[in-house]
Amino acid sequence: MKRRTLLASLAAAPGVLPGTARAQAPVRTLRVVTPWEIGGLDPARSGYVFQRMQIAETLVGTDAAGALVPLLARAWRLDADRLAWRFALRAGATFHDGTPVTAEAVAAALVRARAQPGPLAQAPVEAITAEAGEVVVRTRQPFLSLPAFLAHSGAIVLAPASYGEGGAVRAIIGSGPYRLTDLLAPQRLDAERFAGWWGPAPAIERVSYLAVGRGETRAAMAEGGQAEIVTTLAPETVDRLRRNARVEVVTVPIPRTRALKLNANLPFFADVRVRRAVALALDRDGMARALLRSPEGAANQFFPPALPDWYIADLPPPRRDLAAAQRLLDEAGWRAGPDGIRARDGRAFRVTLRTFTDRPELPVLATAIQGQLREAGIDLQVAIVNSGEIPAGHTDGTLEMALYARNLALVPDPLGTVLQDFGAQGGEWGAMGWSSPELLAAAARMGEEADPAARRALAQRIARILHDEMPVIPVAWYDYPVAFSRRTAGGSVDPLEISYRIAGMRWAD
Amino acid sequence: MGGLIRALGARLLQAALVAMAVGIACFLMVRLLPGDMAYRVAAGRYGMDHVNTAAAEAVRAELGLDRPWWQLLSAWLGDLARFDLGVSLVSGDRVVEELSVYLGHTLLLSVVALLLSALVGPPLGVLLAMRPGSAADRTGMAVGAVLRAVPAFVIGLVLMMVFAVQLGWLPAAGVGGWREVVLPATTLAIGLAAVSSRVARDAMVAVAHSPYLAFARTKGLPEGAVIRRHALRNAAVPVTAYLGVQLVTLVEGVVIVETLFAWPGIGHALVHAVVARDVPMVQGTALAMGLIFVALNAAVDLTCLAIDPRRRPPS
Repeated sequence: MKRRTLLASLAAAPGVLPGTARAQAPVRTLRVVTPWEIGGLDPARSGYVFQRMQIAETLVGTDAAGALVPLLARAWRLDADRLAWRFALRAGATFHDGTPVTAEAVAAALVRARAQPGPLAQAPVEAITAEAGEVVVRTRQPFLSLPAFLAHSGAIVLAPASYGEGGAVRAIIGSGPYRLTDLLAPQRLDAERFAGWWGPAPAIERVSYLAVGRGETRAAMAEGGQAEIVTTLAPETVDRLRRNARVEVVTVPIPRTRALKLNANLPFFADVRVRRAVALALDRDGMARALLRSPEGAANQFFPPALPDWYIADLPPPRRDLAAAQRLLDEAGWRAGPDGIRARDGRAFRVTLRTFTDRPELPVLATAIQGQLREAGIDLQVAIVNSGEIPAGHTDGTLEMALYARNLALVPDPLGTVLQDFGAQGGEWGAMGWSSPELLAAAARMGEEADPAARRALAQRIARILHDEMPVIPVAWYDYPVAFSRRTAGGSVDPLEISYRIAGMRWAD
Repeated sequence: MGGLIRALGARLLQAALVAMAVGIACFLMVRLLPGDMAYRVAAGRYGMDHVNTAAAEAVRAELGLDRPWWQLLSAWLGDLARFDLGVSLVSGDRVVEELSVYLGHTLLLSVVALLLSALVGPPLGVLLAMRPGSAADRTGMAVGAVLRAVPAFVIGLVLMMVFAVQLGWLPAAGVGGWREVVLPATTLAIGLAAVSSRVARDAMVAVAHSPYLAFARTKGLPEGAVIRRHALRNAAVPVTAYLGVQLVTLVEGVVIVETLFAWPGIGHALVHAVVARDVPMVQGTALAMGLIFVALNAAVDLTCLAIDPRRRPPS
């Protein structure tokens, strides 16, 4: 591996040893740099790396618009009872060890995925079997979002030889256009084109993946021409990269929302007027501009425009209105004390907000929110914790407020996230001490509804309830900035973060 | 010979004590951190998008985290006595196997950094000591102080901007070839050399004013021999001894530099393990760092013994 890497890096730096690099014309490697480390082999933990690098495939994929498309499954149909889904496999698909992708192998991989934490474990699946060359998934009740759940990285299909004793994953033997050749967890992997892939042969022969946690370092690699795709650029580096002639920065909105979770069991947030006051006191536009460098990211509602069915188009942009916030707090009985902090029945409006550093902008936003709410008479303490402390605090009831980032399309259908986050008991990454029978009814109907127009109407209804009731307060949507080297062509960004789409790229020079 | 055995024996005993102390301290510190461990481990395993109570309870049941703390600790100590460091709570792999990957990278980085700093720091100090108080000496003092005061993070970023972005000579980050080690090792070496050059300079100046050097000159030795046999050898003792102290800088620098340069070493692994409450990995990485520290100190002791015969006990 060392020699190959050396050759690749020589090719990348022709200024150092031009003669050698040109004379041998070594195979170039397309280098992907992201912040996400490879946490092992298990699909539940790091399946997304192998999925995005197109090493392993799921039954179902998504197209540029986010619609579901066949991948390892050639087609699927739903039985008349609306409970059994039958997935026909693509003819000629083979794993990287040369064995065919059979219904039995797929069913075994999915049964295993269902036993691990992840979306599939939360779908109402009764059984997954192989029948007459097809994969059959039976649900306990009609569940029309099921194919979307099979597009998640936890549901990648690995060859039977991938598993060791006890079902632990020992090797990544996928079926995608690239075959894993070397893995140095947690930092890098190398892969090469797989000649036996069922689709058209990719133009790029070799690819590598490197996890680089620091945003400054990732930006330097893009600037220095040391990576062809650099994802999740830090906001403060984007402007500099845009001015660099070697790089093209592509920014797409993605279905991820940063939001404030409020414990509505507390006297502070039980009142919808207080929740609205908190939203009015936030300068979401200012935070999006100054801290996130993404003016379009200021969220006036929970669902971003990237989810058109769920996005309410006619809402005004978010505007800070401190006077209105103060009026609402006064009405709710929270009166300003001598120190400026509001109180009611002798209890000061003092709450702790938990947030975490997995997304580096969250602590910065939390500090801004602290200052903004202080002006409305709310004393906010910020606690930087591990992301696990938020579901933990939800479950034991100690959480007061949290700033978090939620992927609304963990499965390409946001209904999955809605069911998890705004259920009858609230959700660990959603409402707390709040639920809406009307929302639950709409979500349940949506799960059984096949007509797109009717689904859209239900989605709009759910979005409107969340906007009126504000069980969580949206702060900012996500932009996903990716830098492509101009030495490559054909690159595009997948807003669902399912693939880096390398197989469709080529060298431009 | 007796001194050698005694020195090594003392270090071996120290290593055993370090292993015990580090393991117990890590265990207690991680247990005393606020918050529920199962959630932390689940967050480390499945990421922020997938950590929830169901995942945390599955982790708790799988790892037996609700056992009393003394059972968990005595199990770890029992395993340690059999040279078994256990299994990472996050990745599920054996800690020894993970450490062997991380440790190899950290050792490579540390050794290259030490060599670079030894090539630059002490020779520079000796040169400056030739004319104490001169403009060059005063500039060296100022530059050394600034370089030592600037955090490794900043030095690393500056090197990256110059050599990776502007000149394009070296990769900004990564792992796998020799070119990737240059920038992180240089970052560490600059901090080390900044101090070792000052120590060497001061030691040289002190030696220059010593009566034995005056005597060597008086008895008519040529200047070259005076410097080689009397000045350098005497000045080498404090410089070498100070290396032992400097290793603290190295260990602390490794944590930051590895993260900046995406270098999969022990420091990097330690940070991740602490965040994810991966107790066996915290214990394993801290243990490895502690033992490296003891081993390098032992090497420093032996070198000092070799340089300075006065330290050897009379046989």
